[in-house]
Amino acid sequence: MSDVALAANLGLWTVPIAVVGGAIRVSTPFLFVSLGELVTEKSGRINLGLEGTLVMGAMSGFAGAWLSGSPWLGVLLAGLVGIALGALHAGICSLPRVNDIAVGIALMLFGTGLAFYLGKPLVQPKAPTLPALPLGWWSDIPQIRAALEVNGLFVIGLVLTPLLRWALSNTRWGMIVRMVGDSAEAARALGYSPLRVRLAATCFGGFMAGVGGSFLSLYYPGSWNEGLSSGQGITAVALVIFARWNPVGCFLASLLFGGAVALGPALQAVGVTAGAYLFNAAPYILTLVILILSSSSRHRIAGAPGELSVTR
Amino acid sequence: MSATAPAGALSIEVAAMSKHFGALTALDAVSLRVRSGTVHALLGENGAGKSTLVKCIMGFYHADQGDLMVDGHVVEVRNPRDAARLGIGMVYQHFTLVPSMTVLENLVMARADVPAVIDWRAERARLNRFLDTMPFRVALDTPVSGLAAGEKQKAEILKQLYLDARFLILDEPTSVLTPQEADEILGLVRGMAAAGRLTILIITHKFREVLAYADVVTVLRRGRLAGGGAVGALSVDQMAALMIGDDRVAAVTERTMSGTGPGAVRLAITDLAVADADGMPAVRGVSLTVRAGEIVGIAGVSGNGQSELVEVLAGQRPASAGTVVVEGEVYRGRRAETQRHHLALLPEEPLRNACVGRMSVADNMAFRQFDRAPYAKGFWLSQAVIRAAARDLITRYRVKTPSPDTPIASLSGGNVQRAVLGRELGGIVHILVAANPVFGLDFAAVADIHAQIVAARNRGAAVLLVSEDLDELLELSDRILVMSEGHIVHETPIASADRTAIGRAMAGH
Ligand SMILES: Nc1ncnc2c1ncn2[C@@H]1O[C@H](COP(=O)(O)OP(=O)(O)OP(=O)(O)O)[C@@H](O)[C@H]1O
Ligand SMILES: [Mg+2]
Repeated sequence: MSDVALAANLGLWTVPIAVVGGAIRVSTPFLFVSLGELVTEKSGRINLGLEGTLVMGAMSGFAGAWLSGSPWLGVLLAGLVGIALGALHAGICSLPRVNDIAVGIALMLFGTGLAFYLGKPLVQPKAPTLPALPLGWWSDIPQIRAALEVNGLFVIGLVLTPLLRWALSNTRWGMIVRMVGDSAEAARALGYSPLRVRLAATCFGGFMAGVGGSFLSLYYPGSWNEGLSSGQGITAVALVIFARWNPVGCFLASLLFGGAVALGPALQAVGVTAGAYLFNAAPYILTLVILILSSSSRHRIAGAPGELSVTR
Repeated sequence: MSATAPAGALSIEVAAMSKHFGALTALDAVSLRVRSGTVHALLGENGAGKSTLVKCIMGFYHADQGDLMVDGHVVEVRNPRDAARLGIGMVYQHFTLVPSMTVLENLVMARADVPAVIDWRAERARLNRFLDTMPFRVALDTPVSGLAAGEKQKAEILKQLYLDARFLILDEPTSVLTPQEADEILGLVRGMAAAGRLTILIITHKFREVLAYADVVTVLRRGRLAGGGAVGALSVDQMAALMIGDDRVAAVTERTMSGTGPGAVRLAITDLAVADADGMPAVRGVSLTVRAGEIVGIAGVSGNGQSELVEVLAGQRPASAGTVVVEGEVYRGRRAETQRHHLALLPEEPLRNACVGRMSVADNMAFRQFDRAPYAKGFWLSQAVIRAAARDLITRYRVKTPSPDTPIASLSGGNVQRAVLGRELGGIVHILVAANPVFGLDFAAVADIHAQIVAARNRGAAVLLVSEDLDELLELSDRILVMSEGHIVHETPIASADRTAIGRAMAGH
């Protein structure tokens, strides 16, 4: 993308337009990982291993697309690999005296390492990338057209957000997940097995994280290399808490975070280069500030699942 | 099956059921027969195996041996859903409603056939029709976490009736209720049993309830069947003897007067204001003093600020205004201060407020002292000393535990209470704060703990006793204060205490 060329004729307007476009692009993996993790956390488990799942998803998605020639088959493969890693996390966590956070950290390292190892031969080839929807067709201005080139996965995420919110309070499955996450004892008394429900919820989280990872290698940046993830997986886990376990909150938080990530490059494009490193840190500073402002040492975090080890 | 009972109520028979937890035998070949349409009481000390027996019936635990028969047929119950399909329902000792969900959501999710997509409007209408046939209601849209204990219990019972339970197990349903609420609920289920709709198996520690509402009683002792019979044929003393066997009940300890009466002020609270977990004022300007050698009782219906008051004294919650002075020094609930002033604390729900459930009994018993000699030698803790001290407390306070290394969460409720009592009262005590200290305990444990509290007072401790049980306060206190809506609304020395006046003050008149 030739951001610098754009700056010439639109002046300062470039910045918000580039931020919107960047937000949509950057937020997609955050959105997928956080929606998946939301379901896992609603069931009372936290899976920090999603960072590893994301990188594995990026690698396997790229490999799948390269081998099959279809980017969507790559996405599917990434999702399946995510399910496998989710099942591994849930399986280890169901052993007695095992802590989900420790397992998550182990799987984060495992997933990243495995992806680097298996992905060695994938650094050179080019795979077909995911298509985009030209939602900027109504405008003559090329910058707007470029910014509104919306990728298909983002649209799926956009549809999934309200669907998930509805499902969590209007379907049997959603209610069971919430019940297990809020009071395992109550769920057991009704004959549901918390371990099995958590297995399913963690697999769902893994699937979503795998798909989110495939976005990195199949759309933006759109190739496989070891520096692909800059901690998106782990950040998305934090976004869920920040979003107070609300799917719509996850969507907005992902966009906000994506926009903050896009801010640095956009400002550089119009020639603001002073403090570039500071702007690149904007998303993390933003997260910290909002978390501090919305926290309290006296009250429980509203909406937190009662069984979650970090809030208990 | 009794010929008089219509098809509704189920009969249940348990044959030689055994259950082991590791090395511990919780049930040892227990047999039990509950006839349809009766109210059957199950009695026993804390840890006797009552909850274990009914959880085995429900399929919550799997018995190692033994059979279950429903209406004369052997059935296999693998989990509580199987039990629900057979028409067996249970209200557990600890609440099993999901706190963040509303009453409506909880009741609907309890159904055996929850549809894949839930039509909340239809469910609400259906539930309202059902509630119209019930003698009491619960607000459907309140999250369960916002309900008072009595309301939760009603919701639990409504849940089981909504599920068409024809055999209802109640595990200590009244320990969280006021006597009036208990009478209301027990009267209701007793009526349904008499009408042949339900059979009731009720676990309780209150002889009053057994005599007033049960037809038949069975007594367990240390996992074995100790005896039983028709309620009319057994006296309270006989039931008590069956429960405790050869053990001795602690004699009532008299409050002895030292020549000078109560001593110096040990605890002085002035204009204390405290906010609850949602930031709303819960304690509004409370002032009180407790002197050495006296027990000051605080009466009140639960939820009128007592918990928050105790939490401030425990250091679990900051005060928003006012001061607490302990032995002449300002007190902020710090660890160093509680140690310096020998302040002991028996909070309510000790497993949650005073223990770490997954840590061992010995570790939990060392919490007050573990970082000082002889428990700690410089940087290192001495496990040997910690365990030896725990063994001593376990015998002195008769805590029933498989070993000092058992996680404290797997002890029965009464034994958790004893373990905490041992930790708090085992050393020197200048001030004791106790909140509902005998909640859910059997009569022998109650007598024991009451004796310990009075003994601490007689040794010169200043005792603040917060309780929802007026009988307990009238028996133990030197002075009674009544708390209502965060204020102290009534105060009386025990000599002139009047039950009616206190009751009226509790009700906020
Ligand atoms: N899940 C468990 N794991 C290990 N031990 C257990 C477990 N549940 C109960 N026990 C032990 O089994 C014994 C019987 O416990 P149970 O809960 O049935 O007692 P109870 O008669 O209901 O007592 P209470 O009146 O205090 O409720 C106790 O010694 C208890 O410590
Ligand atoms: Mg019990």
